[in-house]
Amino acid sequence: MKTSNINRRNFLKTSGSAGALLALGFSIPAQSEDVVLHKIPQTTLGLEFSPYILIDDTGKITLLNPRPDMGQGTYQSLPALIAEELEVSLDQIHISQTNGQGKYGSQLSGGSSSVRTRWMPLRKAGAAVKEMLVQAAANKWQVPVSECYAQEAKVYHKPSGKSFTYAELVGDASQLPVPKDPKLKDPKDFKLLGKNIPKPDVPLKVTGQAQFGIDVDVPGMLYASIERCPAIHGNVASFDTTATMKVPGVKKVLKAERAMPHTTVETVAVLATNYWAAVQGRKKLKVKWAPVNEATLSTEKFSAQMHELAQKDGSDFEGNTGNFAKAYSEAAKKVQATYETPFAAHAAMEPVNATAWFKGDSVEIWAPVQGPDGTIGEVAQYLGLKPEQVKVNVTFLGGAFGRKAYLDFVKEAVFLSKQVNAPVKLIWTREDDMSQGPYRPAMLSVLEGGIDEKGNVTAFHHKIIAESIQKQVFKADLKGKADGWAEEGIGSKDSPLQIPNIRRSYHNASTDLPILWWRSVYASTNVFGHESFVDELAHAAGKDPLDLRLELLKDSPRFVKVLETAAEKSGYREKLPAGKARGLAIARSFSTICAHVFTVAKTADGVKIEKVVSVIDCGMTVNPDNIKAQTESNIIYGLTAAIKSPITFANGAVEQTNFHNYPVLRINETPVMEVHIIDNQEAPGGVGEPGLPPVAPALANALFNLTGKRQRKYPLELV
Amino acid sequence: MAQTKLTVNGKAYTIDVDPEMPLLWAIRDVVGLKGTKFGCGMAQCGACTVHLNGSPIRSCSTPVSVVKGQKITTIEGIGTPDHLHAVQQAWIDEQVTQCGYCQSGQIMSAVALLKEKPKPTDEDIDLYMQGNICRCGTYQRVRKAIHRAADSIQEAKPAAAKKTASLDR
Repeated sequence: MKTSNINRRNFLKTSGSAGALLALGFSIPAQSEDVVLHKIPQTTLGLEFSPYILIDDTGKITLLNPRPDMGQGTYQSLPALIAEELEVSLDQIHISQTNGQGKYGSQLSGGSSSVRTRWMPLRKAGAAVKEMLVQAAANKWQVPVSECYAQEAKVYHKPSGKSFTYAELVGDASQLPVPKDPKLKDPKDFKLLGKNIPKPDVPLKVTGQAQFGIDVDVPGMLYASIERCPAIHGNVASFDTTATMKVPGVKKVLKAERAMPHTTVETVAVLATNYWAAVQGRKKLKVKWAPVNEATLSTEKFSAQMHELAQKDGSDFEGNTGNFAKAYSEAAKKVQATYETPFAAHAAMEPVNATAWFKGDSVEIWAPVQGPDGTIGEVAQYLGLKPEQVKVNVTFLGGAFGRKAYLDFVKEAVFLSKQVNAPVKLIWTREDDMSQGPYRPAMLSVLEGGIDEKGNVTAFHHKIIAESIQKQVFKADLKGKADGWAEEGIGSKDSPLQIPNIRRSYHNASTDLPILWWRSVYASTNVFGHESFVDELAHAAGKDPLDLRLELLKDSPRFVKVLETAAEKSGYREKLPAGKARGLAIARSFSTICAHVFTVAKTADGVKIEKVVSVIDCGMTVNPDNIKAQTESNIIYGLTAAIKSPITFANGAVEQTNFHNYPVLRINETPVMEVHIIDNQEAPGGVGEPGLPPVAPALANALFNLTGKRQRKYPLELV
Repeated sequence: MAQTKLTVNGKAYTIDVDPEMPLLWAIRDVVGLKGTKFGCGMAQCGACTVHLNGSPIRSCSTPVSVVKGQKITTIEGIGTPDHLHAVQQAWIDEQVTQCGYCQSGQIMSAVALLKEKPKPTDEDIDLYMQGNICRCGTYQRVRKAIHRAADSIQEAKPAAAKKTASLDR
């Protein structure tokens, strides 16, 4: 581990009523996991710009959480990384959310990256401050540092039993240099990491005290609801506000805009003194939309377009081995199958919302966003302001699953506030949320496999046909090449199948339907075809699907361990009574391996999903109970996508509008879930997403084993 | 607009709103209690569940005119971080919440369930709680927490028969 670039700096000491304050912050350059410590300028101290660790001489310890909490647990996990090395217990700290300032590094909750990328930097930050506090105590006592140790926010002198609280040491410690290479704890000495410790946000969330974006109140604010073209991309031809203005509470109606990454469209906004009035006023609007080419927004036509592309040869991903075409042509047995996944909505429980206050030369935002740093950047660019003129306050997120990293709603609120010169709170209705996107992109997986006379798989090809998030959202030019982002879950690193001739290829299928990452992104769709097809190959080769996987993954011990554990915990080798069957799938995504074994049963009301046994190897853990919770969450979220309604676009509008026609899994459909975590000392992997990709194929494989019918398209039917 | 009297968590409010305004928005935007959440606006998800005279209702689809003068209880009236209801405590013990957004509604439904069925089975729970959606998928823990709360309420009864307040204050 490289630690040499920790800069030596003095800490800042402030005296007076606020007392001495020890502040340590660091910035993490993009794409780097190295930590750079730097001095926090005095101007940034205070309520607005807290550094990562604050200890004042009243004993208050504040740790900053740099990744917004959307349910994945960063409100605990990231402060715990600091606290472990700082030697403070979690009930001794206050937790504060970072506000997007550059000094905190990347603050985007996404890619299941929080713990695995912050694991070393945050621990080092804690360790550095602890060493300074210990040194300060040793200096005061005039004893060797080796005779001192830190525990529970105190430094002890071992031989004499004397102690100082951190608060008593802050002044002296702040004069010391920052250790260049702080010593990290041996994992066997961890007191917090790897333990089931109750999450500090739970008491807030069970009493209605936790503040979500939708709960923000700014004095004098107007509430907004926005009428949008059902065809998503339509512009306003004309609108009549007569009836709307008669609704008590409605203050203003105006033409507004929705700035999406790939296009900006016109909308009509109603602003009122309460949200209900805004919605009522919106219902009474008469808007004529400019004609839209609906043909470009038909999911049926898009599907046909993908199937047409499937007939053509695509562009190769990197990491192909052998010669697939030759091996396939020579194979004794050839298997070919096409799998299709539809568009899907995120449908987080908290509809997107934002409160904005444009004040002429600055703007302040309160919102449930996944990345406050990205919010500052995008809003500054949108308004032509400097980043320092944009202030973002991040609340708890009532779910996000990727959606709250797409900042159209924040820009809408900012736009309205600028127009009306007042704070504006914008809340999307559930109908807006479901029928306006962005969505998980629909895609096709075309798979081909060759088997020799002995039953060995000799050739394997996975061709992906999908729209590119990188292209539509981030304006990347694919230049006819394979979209490197699109092989998540099935690329050579994520799927190290030992087959001599493997090809992975790609076709870009263009659509204007707004798309975005959705929990586990491409892995959520790719793995369905990939892992279903491994079962199809096993059946064609006359092998048990578990045995074939153990054979194809024999050189990847972590995969083997997960498979064997899943088999053992689920009783995979034991025979089930008639009318029941099991199905298995495994995938690696976001540096974590997860396998599910589904047990399904025939009942009078169709097929029931009885049980899911999961095994996850995510390396070293922060909170095992939260890893189990996230895996349970992935099973439920993945099942909804696999067995419930897709998002479809026809006749000029998305056909799903609310939970009655876009149903999601409910408690009565919830199988028994059992999650096992592999205990090892590997580097931490992601947790928020890797449980999802194997859900649909494990279910599809179980359904095949139960019914003999192979389902290759969502929604999987439980019949 | 009309003057409407509401009793929320034992406190009387007189609010001046459109009588058709759903109770949800009256509670959130006028009374100012934010624990009750908006999820769908059509009684599909249960995030807005409150109690009307002790029984669960979907406040997003209940006009204030219908509930005027009657006893409304929200999540804030069930318990506080310092004085938790047995159901809230069970939710903490089972670490149910993830994003937490739907949990006020889940807890309001669970409190009402335990009043009707002090010892519910899994099937009772599934039947009663299926109106409450959770996109984080905390359902298995909801089941466990309801069983735990049921046990703790049963245990507390003989010891503190007089002290035990009704589930829905």
